[in-house]
Amino acid sequence: MSQDNPSQAEYRAQVAAWMQHNRPADPGFLLPQTFMEVGSERVLEFLREWQHKVWSAGYLGAAWPKKYGGQGMTRDYQRIADEEMKRLQVPICFNVIGLGWAGPLILDNGSDYEKDKYLKGILNADDIWCQGFSEPNHGSDLGSIQTRAERDGDDYLINGSKIWTTMGNYAKYMILLARTDAQAERRYNGLSFFLAPMHRDGITTQPIKKITGEYGFTETFFTDARIPASCIMGEEGQGWRIAMQTLQYERGAEAGAAGGISILSIVMDDLLRMAAEIEREGEPLLQDPVTRDNLVKFMIEEKALQLAEKRTEIPALCRDYPNAIALSGKLRSTEFFRRMRQYALTLQGAQGSLYVGDQDTIGGGFWQRAYLNNFSTTIGGGTSQVQANIIGEHVLGLPKD
Amino acid sequence: MTTANMTAALKESPGNNALTFSEEQAMLLDSAKSFCGDKSDINAVRGLLKSDSGYNPNVWHEMVALGWTGIAIPEQYGGFAMGLGSTVPVIESMGRHLLGTALITSTLAAQAILRGGSEAQRQQWLPKIVAGTVGSMALLDNEDWGAKLCGVTATFKGSGSPSEIALSGKKLLVADATVADFFIVSVDHNGNAALAIVEASQLAEGAITANTLIDETKRAATVDFSGVTLQPDALLPHSEQALKDVRLIGALLTAAEATGTSAATLDCIVSYLTSRIQFGRLIGSYQSLKHPTVEILLQMDSARSLIYHAATLFDKGLDEAPVEADTEIACRMAKAQATETLLFAGDRAVQFHGGMGFTYDCDAMLYIRRAQWAQHQYGDAQHHRLHLAKLLLD
Repeated sequence: MSQDNPSQAEYRAQVAAWMQHNRPADPGFLLPQTFMEVGSERVLEFLREWQHKVWSAGYLGAAWPKKYGGQGMTRDYQRIADEEMKRLQVPICFNVIGLGWAGPLILDNGSDYEKDKYLKGILNADDIWCQGFSEPNHGSDLGSIQTRAERDGDDYLINGSKIWTTMGNYAKYMILLARTDAQAERRYNGLSFFLAPMHRDGITTQPIKKITGEYGFTETFFTDARIPASCIMGEEGQGWRIAMQTLQYERGAEAGAAGGISILSIVMDDLLRMAAEIEREGEPLLQDPVTRDNLVKFMIEEKALQLAEKRTEIPALCRDYPNAIALSGKLRSTEFFRRMRQYALTLQGAQGSLYVGDQDTIGGGFWQRAYLNNFSTTIGGGTSQVQANIIGEHVLGLPKD
Repeated sequence: MTTANMTAALKESPGNNALTFSEEQAMLLDSAKSFCGDKSDINAVRGLLKSDSGYNPNVWHEMVALGWTGIAIPEQYGGFAMGLGSTVPVIESMGRHLLGTALITSTLAAQAILRGGSEAQRQQWLPKIVAGTVGSMALLDNEDWGAKLCGVTATFKGSGSPSEIALSGKKLLVADATVADFFIVSVDHNGNAALAIVEASQLAEGAITANTLIDETKRAATVDFSGVTLQPDALLPHSEQALKDVRLIGALLTAAEATGTSAATLDCIVSYLTSRIQFGRLIGSYQSLKHPTVEILLQMDSARSLIYHAATLFDKGLDEAPVEADTEIACRMAKAQATETLLFAGDRAVQFHGGMGFTYDCDAMLYIRRAQWAQHQYGDAQHHRLHLAKLLLD
């Protein structure tokens, strides 16, 4: 932050002032921490309005071209805006698949027609995007995708189903990975990538009730659904490569994403703030030696996680196992958060048994929901157990089981 | 399902997360790794287990010739002024190959004099340490690293020279005492903690009683300082700060050494898991062994990040500046993490070797024993977390 030049510093101050002035009032429900928590129309409309407002002010898509709804500025400016949104903990910009995946992909690979058609709607939140990669029974193994896309004249005929479609019931478009060639020798070669419209006959969504009791995902069914052949991105058979390219954008504004914060982070400071209000045995909880020892253990772990990312930039300190940090980041951080959030409930004492909706919960049940939602990260994208196998086999060279 | 990037959520959290490593440090790490590997293969380590000093004097002379004794000593005292951050990769490499010698304790003695000593004391001792004179730290009065560490009393003598100081009391687990040329002893001087320089030649006959240690690669002894008479200039004028700082530096260097040993332990486990066949399969294919081994890797990575974070913070200040709070936090976190990691790794190394692991011939024995030594040097994990709680929660 200290590296801002004068014009960037001015921009930063301007973003901060705008955010503070326009931050929405308490909507009367817990703010979603991620875009996977848009479980009702009320939450949807709240987030849509907020994202539209941020975009109108110029703080979303700052680095995208003006003719597609952006501001045509350098990526540094979007990064600064993101840093300020994060610091001030304003609500998330929820159209994440559009902003972080489909949008940058269309900017890089799309035709002028596609850019005109899709980009602005992504930024101003008129068009919600979802992602159709995972399928029932295949977990995160994309190579096993069964959903078929068969060319039929000017259309593709889609059959199959997708699961864990975030906001599938609200989305206008889906980035869809489907099999166009069932005979391909290598199973990844038979996949193709589509910018598929969702409002078509033969496409239905079934909301999935999550462990939290809320909605946020759907299962999506395709039954002889026709989408125009022009929806394909790249050529038939390039789906896997394009899907992998898409994943690279997730890393933020530097990588081409439109920006906006996509997650409200929870750090140890938040847990300490909660613990500071609690008493046990008539004394402040933060004076209890066992609690103190446990909290410090978490703080050591958090510090090590923060440092890990930096150490990857120092090859001399990664020589033993060059891929270890990169391949273990997901396992380490998601498991850390799972245990830390669970511990928050333990520290709440009897109040930890209350849930969202009870007027006596601490913070509206924030920690309860955060803990349960956290399982989406230790299960999704390859379970922790699969991650441990990957690290064991690919980093340590242990044999497959 | 899309997994939000949780790592990104951590990146910009508050706090000091400095981590840098210079070209010079990288070169030092490379040369230390290959030197320690050459001089201290597992046969050499085992060959020294029953020796008196625990190390090969020729190797020590080579280390002195390489300049390792002067890495963190300023140039005006004959050192190389690379900073404490550059001792960390060297000590880590020594831990990786269980290479002994008194480098750790001698480095600490030098830091005590640099941080607590007068200009005359620095000029007298630091160039000698660079040249290979061995200093040892004599701090512990009992098993408790949380104590004030001034059980040896230093009292003015009534008779003789009016300003002479008489010591009485013993110090425990004094590292490499039998080869030390001098000791830095923490004493009670008029109710204050003070550090005194005592030369080995000043000790009474039979003052050193060697310990039998669980870690047979290490050497330590009980040293009785009773009867030693000192001149006032044997006391370090800025003792209190120096004592506090040296304990933290001791924790960091022990953490660095332990992290190196964790890497060796991991290698030992992986090589067995990829060669031993049971029930018709390589045992590394069993998840009950694979997953804890991965956990060792992750814990070791944490330890490594933390020791180099602490190393980075040391190199930001002046060589002799008092250790700042951020640096103290980093040292204590590094020690707590590194020695718990080695305890876990060593413990699993024995278990995963099955019947072999129960034998003296299995190298896992060396690592689990080192783990016990390392956890108790300069305070165990719980000691450091207790102090971290005061720094972080109050």
